[in-house]
Formats: sequence, C-alpha cells, structure tokens
Amino acid sequence: MDMRKFNTTEQHLLNDFQHSFPLTTRPFALLGKKLGISEDEVIQLLADLKEEGAISRVGPVFKPNRVGVSTLAAMAIPESELDEVAQIVNEYPEVNHNYEREHHYNLWFVLTAPEQQHLQNVIRSIAHETGYEVMDLPMIEDYFIDLGFNIQWT
Amino acid sequence: MDINSKDLALMRCIENGLPLVKRPYAEVGTKLGMTESEVIQRIERLQQEQLIKRFGVIVRHRELGYKANAMVVWDIPDDKVSEYGRCLGKFTHVTLCYQRPRRLPQWPYNLFTMIHGRDKEEVLANVESIANECGLAEVPRKVLFSGKRFKQRGARYALQPDSTNVRNAHWKTA
Repeated sequence: MDMRKFNTTEQHLLNDFQHSFPLTTRPFALLGKKLGISEDEVIQLLADLKEEGAISRVGPVFKPNRVGVSTLAAMAIPESELDEVAQIVNEYPEVNHNYEREHHYNLWFVLTAPEQQHLQNVIRSIAHETGYEVMDLPMIEDYFIDLGFNIQWT
Repeated sequence: MDINSKDLALMRCIENGLPLVKRPYAEVGTKLGMTESEVIQRIERLQQEQLIKRFGVIVRHRELGYKANAMVVWDIPDDKVSEYGRCLGKFTHVTLCYQRPRRLPQWPYNLFTMIHGRDKEEVLANVESIANECGLAEVPRKVLFSGKRFKQRGARYALQPDSTNVRNAHWKTA
C-alpha cells in the first residue's frame, strides 16, 4: 500500500504522541491544543488515519511474554524441504511467528507456552517430527526501549 | 506483580484501542463498571509496572512505507553486551533488542536486533549508521533479511477467557 502525502498536522499527530499519551479526562483536547486544532478535529483525524490503515489504534503496547515463557527457535533446513518443514512447525499452536531468513539457519520461529517444560516438549516434538535439530535461543535480557517509531517524512 | 481480574478486563477492553470520543476513559469505565478515574489510575499502574510498555498512537510502520526489515545479530564480548544492547535498543528503527545465548560452534551471536527501513538498502544504511553510533562497526554481525512469512500472529496479551489457547491457562488464577 502506498500512502498518500500527509499534511504537517497529520505528520505531528502520527509522530508526536506515540508514547506518554495524556491520561486525563479529555486527552484529545490536549492533543488539539498542541496541534492548534479542535478536539473534534483530532478525533476525526485519528478516525480517518485508522480507517486508511496509517495507525492501528490509540492504546497500549503490552510487554510480550510477561506471562508464560517463550523462546526464539532456528532450524537449518535444505531449501527443497523448507516449505514442508515450515508447515509442520505452523501446525503447533505454540508458534506465533515463523519466517524464512536468508542464512544457513533459514527457518526462524517464536514459541510461547505456559511453562518451560511445555516449551521444551514442543521443541523436542518438532525436532522429532521433522528430523532436524532445533536451536533454542531464549531471551536473557531485553534492551529495547519502546519509544515508538519515528516516521521520516522525506 | 499484582494483576487482578479488573486489570485483565481493562486490558481486554483497550487492547484494540481507546474509543475515539471526547472522554474515552469514561466510556471504557462505563463498559466495565469502573469510574473514569479508576480506569486512568489502573492504566497508570499497568504502565509503571511495565505491563503496558507504551501507551499512545500506534502507527503501522509497514503501511507507512517501512516495508523492509532484517534480524541483525551481533557477536559482542559478554561483559559488554548490556552496554551495547542499551545503545542499540534506543534507536527508533530498532524494534527489538535482546540478548540471547550463543550456541557454539555453530552460532556465535549473542545480541539480536530487528532493524527496519523502507527497502533493503535503507535497512543496510540504518544498520551501518547504528553500528557506527554505538561503536560496533568492527564487531562481527550478520544481517538476516526475511524471506517467506509462514506465520505471523500477534502475541496477544488479554486472551478471551473461553479461549482454548494454552497461554490462557495462567490467566485463570488471576
């Protein structure tokens, strides 16, 4: 999808309130004050931006995997078998994301489960079912500070 | 961390966004049988406790032209990984930054980032400039562009109570 050009007000609306959104009775009035437009205009603009797919919502990003356990898994699969193995992996409800990547390790997926034993069982089961090793790369530390995504208007 | 069923109900109610009305927190409260100020205080607390990592306008950067991404992995000395991780994790075009274990000898990389751009060239330029800014130009790295997407499902937090998804099990005690 190629997006239309956004005017300056829209650009600010998209970039300036990605975090620290006002938790006050009339938050959109506050945004309007900063943008120099009315509360109603802010609400209408946000509705339009949502409608056309530029924003997904005004709301929360939850920290992933605060409940349960997860890991990133990688497999090295011969090209000719990749689709087939990927389908087997997809069958597991514990798999959230499953991507081909350009590397010797060419199949990468995220696994989530209520507890560690469950996760390890799934890893063993995938290895057993496909006949290929699964490299288990659990997160040790998260360094990502989510301040939003600054769109550059070139 | 203390999450109760009211927090869960609130998270479910706002996970797809606030209603776009003049008093969104009041409207959420009406649905949940809470006052406006209770809704606001609970969101504040969920943010403080980092269960809500960010609250605001969530843009769809893919739809806004940032179509390319790569998983960029780095082989960083273990005693430096948190210093460099914190540096990489604050750039706007980085959307994930995790330390993960090496699996020697086949996998020497211990820091994983997701780096975005409008196209592959821009991703590579972003990788280059971020590496320079953090002093990581000489550190071994690999850029793994994505190929086929076999599955992508959002990591949903507030699942429906009747969901059969295994991740739901933990919520039942709340």
